[in-house]
Amino acid sequence: MADSNNHNSLARFSIAPVFMFRWEESQQAHVLMYPEGIVKLNPTAGEILTRCNGANTVEDIVHQLSELFCEQPEFIEPRVHQFLEVCHGKGWIQPQS
Amino acid sequence: MAKAGSNLNLDGQGNPVWLLLELTYKCPLKCAFCSNPTDLDAHQDELTTAEWKKVMHDARNMGAMQIGFSGGEPTLRKDLEELVAEANDLGYYTNLITSGIGLTRKRLENLKKAGLRHIQLGFQSSDPQTAHWLAGVDCYEKKINMAREIKALGFPMVLNVPISSLNIHQVPDIISLAADIGVEYLELANVQYYNWALVNRDQLMPTREALIAAEAQVAEAREQLGDSMTIFFVIPDYYEGRPKACMNGWGSIHLTIAPDGVVLPCSQARSLPGLDFPGVRDHDLASIWHESESFNLYRGDSWMKEPCRSCSEKEQDFGGCRCQAMLLTGDAANADPACSKSPHHHIVQDAVASALASKQDHSRLIARDVGWVPTEM
Repeated sequence: MADSNNHNSLARFSIAPVFMFRWEESQQAHVLMYPEGIVKLNPTAGEILTRCNGANTVEDIVHQLSELFCEQPEFIEPRVHQFLEVCHGKGWIQPQS
Repeated sequence: MAKAGSNLNLDGQGNPVWLLLELTYKCPLKCAFCSNPTDLDAHQDELTTAEWKKVMHDARNMGAMQIGFSGGEPTLRKDLEELVAEANDLGYYTNLITSGIGLTRKRLENLKKAGLRHIQLGFQSSDPQTAHWLAGVDCYEKKINMAREIKALGFPMVLNVPISSLNIHQVPDIISLAADIGVEYLELANVQYYNWALVNRDQLMPTREALIAAEAQVAEAREQLGDSMTIFFVIPDYYEGRPKACMNGWGSIHLTIAPDGVVLPCSQARSLPGLDFPGVRDHDLASIWHESESFNLYRGDSWMKEPCRSCSEKEQDFGGCRCQAMLLTGDAANADPACSKSPHHHIVQDAVASALASKQDHSRLIARDVGWVPTEM
C-alpha cells in the first residue's frame, strides 16, 4: 500500500486557504468548513489534519500518530499516506513549496 | 432563495448549523425572480447592530457554524463590516451573498480585514442587455468589475446565476466568463418559483429541450475545465419528478432571520398563511427554535399525509418543500406537487404546459418594484 502513495515522506502540507479547519465544541469533533459546506471529521482524521500546519513533514505526522495511538509506525504510515491522498484529491490540503 | 439542501455531512443533533441573516429587504436591483416577499414593504423595521450581534451570539451558542449575510442587498447596511467581524470572532465561517452593487474596493478590503471568508455574487447574464432585463437596472459592468476585485483580493467566490428561459441559451458563454474571472464555483441555479418568480413563471420557465441542451453543455465544460472550476447545475424541480430535500427538512439545520427579526425555517416560509412566526425582539432564539409552534409544525414526519407518510423516500426528501405545497395545492402538509407521486403533480405539469403555450416575451416581466433604492453605479 505504501508503494501506491505519491507523497514524499518529507513533504509538508497545510490546509488550503478556502477551508477553515477547527475544533467545534458543539459537535465534539474537528470540522472543515468551506463555501456552503461543512465536513465533520472522525478523531483520527482530525488528529492528522491538525498536524497539516505547514511545519510537520508526513514522516513527523506518522511518528506523532504512532505515539498517540500506541501503534507501530509501519502500521500507521500507509494509513496516513492514504488519508493525505484523499485530502489532497478533495483540495482540503496543499503541499508547501 | 430556497436551497435544495446544503452540502454537509453532519446533522445538527437537533440544533441549527446554518444561520442566514437577511439584513435588509432593500435592494438596488429589481429582479424579476427575486425570492423576497412580494409584500416586503410591510417588514422594513430592521434590527439594530446590537440586535443582530445578539442573534449571532445566541445561534453560535446553539451550535450554528456557517453564517450567511444576505438580503435584499446586505451591503446597504453600513454596519456590515462590524457584523462580519463579530461573526468571525464568534467562530463562524462567514459568507456574503451579494449582487455586488454597493461594494467598492475599499469595502472589500475592510471586509477581508473583518474576517470575511467567502463571497457569493449573484449574476444575471453574460449579455449586458439580458442582465438589464432580468435585474431591472443596468448593472453588468459594475458586477464584472466587482467580480474581478473580489478575485484580486483572494476571496473564494461562488458565482450564482439564476437560470431561466431568458438566459439558458447563454450557458456556454456564462461558463466561459466565469472561467475567465477565475471563480472556484459556478452555480447555475434554475429559478425556483416563489414570490416574484412565481408571478413571472410563464415568462421564466425554460423548455425541457433547453434544459437538456444546457445540461450537455455543462457536462462538456466540466470535462474541459477539470478541477479548476466546480460547476453546479441545479435542475428545476418542476421537471425532475422528485421533490428537493428542502432545507434538509423543516426546522432541521437551517435558521433564517428576516430583517425585522422574525425567525423562519427558510426565507420563503413567511409566505405561508396562518402561521405566526415569532421574532427575536419578543422571544429567546433557542426557545423559538425548540419550542415554538411554527418550528415544530412540520418537523420530523408525524405531520405527513399520504403518499409521504408511507413513502420509502421520506427520509431523503422530507416530502419536499412545504412552501411550494402551500403555494400550489393550498395545504403545506400535502406532498410537494413537484413529486410525481403527489396527487397534485398535474398542477406542476399544467404550469409547464402553460409556460410553453404562453408567448415568452421578456417585455412582460414584472419587476420587483418595492424596497428599491437607487444606487450610484
